[in-house]
Amino acid sequence: MNGSPSILEVKDLQVTKAGTLVLDIPALMIEEGEILSLIGPNGAGKTTLLQTLARLIKPSAGEIFFKGKQASPNNSDLEYRRRVAMVFQEPLLFDTTVFENVASGLKIRGMQRPEIRKIVAENLEQFGISHLLHRSARKISGGEAQRVALARAFATHPEILLLDEPFSSLDPPTRESLLADLESILRQTKTTTLMATHDRMEALRLSDRVAVMNQGRILQVGPPAEVMNQPLDEFVASFVGVETILPGRVIRKNGGSFVASIMGHEVEAVGEVELGESVVFCIRPENVTLAVHPSKESSSARNVFPGKIVKIIPLGLYHKVQLHCGFPLVAYVTGHSLENLALAEGKEVVAYFKATSIHVVKKKGGRV
Amino acid sequence: MKKSKTIHAILAVLAVILALTAWSPVQAQQKNIILSTTTSTQDSGLLDVLIPIFEKKTGYFVKTIAVGSGQAMAMGQKGEADVLLVHSPAAEKKFVAEGYGVNRRIIMHNDFIVVGPGEDPAKIKGIKGTTNVFKKIASAGTLFLSRSDKSGTHSKELAIWKAAGINPEGQKWYQQTGLGMGQTLNVASEKKGYTLADRGTYLALKKNLSLDILAEGDAILLNVYHVIEVNPAKWPKVNAAGGKAFADFMVSQEVQDIVKTFGVEKFGSPLFFPDAGKKEEDLGK
Amino acid sequence: MDLILEGIKKAFLLLITLDPEVMGITLLSLQISGTATLMSLFIGISAGTLVALSQFPGRRVVVSLINTGMGLPPVVVGLFVTIFLWRNGPLGFLEILYTPTAMIVAQAIIASPIVMGISLAAIQALPKNLRLQILALGATRLQMVWILIKEAKLPLLAGVMAGFGGVISEVGASIMVGGNIKGYSRVLTTATVMETSRGNFDIAIALGIILLLLAYFINLVLTHIQQRERPR
Repeated sequence: MNGSPSILEVKDLQVTKAGTLVLDIPALMIEEGEILSLIGPNGAGKTTLLQTLARLIKPSAGEIFFKGKQASPNNSDLEYRRRVAMVFQEPLLFDTTVFENVASGLKIRGMQRPEIRKIVAENLEQFGISHLLHRSARKISGGEAQRVALARAFATHPEILLLDEPFSSLDPPTRESLLADLESILRQTKTTTLMATHDRMEALRLSDRVAVMNQGRILQVGPPAEVMNQPLDEFVASFVGVETILPGRVIRKNGGSFVASIMGHEVEAVGEVELGESVVFCIRPENVTLAVHPSKESSSARNVFPGKIVKIIPLGLYHKVQLHCGFPLVAYVTGHSLENLALAEGKEVVAYFKATSIHVVKKKGGRV
Repeated sequence: MKKSKTIHAILAVLAVILALTAWSPVQAQQKNIILSTTTSTQDSGLLDVLIPIFEKKTGYFVKTIAVGSGQAMAMGQKGEADVLLVHSPAAEKKFVAEGYGVNRRIIMHNDFIVVGPGEDPAKIKGIKGTTNVFKKIASAGTLFLSRSDKSGTHSKELAIWKAAGINPEGQKWYQQTGLGMGQTLNVASEKKGYTLADRGTYLALKKNLSLDILAEGDAILLNVYHVIEVNPAKWPKVNAAGGKAFADFMVSQEVQDIVKTFGVEKFGSPLFFPDAGKKEEDLGK
Repeated sequence: MDLILEGIKKAFLLLITLDPEVMGITLLSLQISGTATLMSLFIGISAGTLVALSQFPGRRVVVSLINTGMGLPPVVVGLFVTIFLWRNGPLGFLEILYTPTAMIVAQAIIASPIVMGISLAAIQALPKNLRLQILALGATRLQMVWILIKEAKLPLLAGVMAGFGGVISEVGASIMVGGNIKGYSRVLTTATVMETSRGNFDIAIALGIILLLLAYFINLVLTHIQQRERPR
């Protein structure tokens, strides 16, 4: 945290709407070049936070510091708004050609035509939509429209990019394709980005840090694995999901399956990867089986790890067992099995899970 | 994109040109005269001949506002006109008596006629005296159209009913159009009814009407036109000089000569009879 | 029926021979209504957009007033304008009663609420976040308003056409404030009324046909502009 200076800092930020406090952020620091995801239910305040940081909404209290300089209501927010770009859930394109749309931010800044042409061409190329240059914005698909919206934002070379659930209106294949492209562009350009999303996997994949919001407040913020593995309270836990998140690196490939090194241990999974690639394993607790002695069944699973039970939490129909077997792991166990195996905190057990049950997330860069 | 910009530019220029040309130069108030007159006077076409001559001669710009007699005199009463050319003697006398008008001078007269369907269901043709004609129409209960618009024609019609001792208001056969002379004639023609009309308008529209002249010539049917200058003492903003100039023009020999022959070419007989200098009581057949 | 045919023949004749009086009346109609529409375009679009984008106490009352204004009876407007412009009235010193200028003023008053009301609805119909997106692209408030107006060009032009249609066909106010003076303030509508009351139905019909043609031609041009990039 001491290395790069924070590009955006928020102090005691509050936003009131119709007498109700809808945003209450005592402190938030965003570092230059980082990608921060905001996740939370509808009405959590994600959009309000983004729009306030874009200076489209006036806060009722608090301060925003941009690169150390305070952005107060007295200063013209025009200068600020020209250094920050925002993309909404709907593309909100103008009723003209794709070229004019992407050029709009530049025209607003009074740039000359020849230079505009150059920058627009570059950005269309970057998002793979050069062929749409003269197409009317009304005649393109949803995915293409969102690409145009992103190209339009990028064309203005923003220092901070704010994305409000940019993929949620797209169907899965389109979403996947756009996500992949955006990921590489963001990593390449090292653009500081704040992104609101519903999708935990998106947040996991794209971001360096995740902030969980509810009722206008940030409940927890930190690297994705930390937030998702160690939720601070029940709400965060219920929101971030149940998987155990394990970052690692591919060290061996065996045809369709591969082995990754996770905290020094070798874990086998299935997927298309490259050697040396950074991956994140997501393991659902119901796919983790516990045994006291290695049995015949356990030998068919490729991933077998001895470990010790750290904590058992009864959850009604089943129990949540947190253990450590070289890396943290969570398993669900029925009350019946709990009794049979006489599980208790501190007991030594063996955990095993199938290579096929691991959900593999490839991460191009950043922290996990 | 370039093309749309050019078209926008062209349209904008066109709009500006249009706007500029519509901006007529505001004439100095001294040069403007507001002449308040009646629709039937204007419809006769006489003013279309006289006004240009006056304007050329004096350099004044005459704004002829043609409305009903009632409104014309109301405008004079409010000082919103400079000179009146009307034909409602009773109302005119009151107007001058109350101090609103000065120099009331006779210009010309034409006459009214009673027209109706050729079949003449009330059998009024040949009856002497217009009051008797009206009495006959009332007793026969045949359709009669009234302009009912406080015009000179309407006042004359009411005067005749009064003289005949009849109140037509509310009677089944008495229909009030509220329209101008030309339109009322058309309604009478369509519905085969009787009406009182000025000769000029009737002659002008005769070819489209199926109405005949069934009574004429009575002294009571005379329609006398006077010119009255609006009293500048009551309304200082009135263009007194202009009003006087126009009034003087109307009684001039030049105009009186034009009046004498106006309409002969088109209708075979003149529409008006010049009377400048005469006394109203002296008029008659 | 014959009368209408007579009228059509007369209209044809007047146009072909470029009858000077009729040409003069037609040009004046176009000038007066065109100028009034242009004025109402500026007043209407800016006021309508302003109200559409603002929040203030009593906004609903203002919007109701604008919507009511759209149906303002032209003859009532004419009456009030006349009273104001009378020599002895509050604005009498302007000396514009019975001039084309007064007609332009009255027609602008009639057309402006129409354009205003339609602009208001048009801007409000734009996507809610569009305004924010434009600001996020770094636009000044003025640039934002201009872009929003461009985005709403389809309904805005419809509003202008409605305003123009309202005044080119208007007669009550035009007669009252203009005086229907020959060669000076006589336009197609007022001339039609006059010819009708004189009983010259063929001329009246001819003038009516010319008025319809004029209105059609103007709207053809405006529609062409509006529909040029119509969604398909």
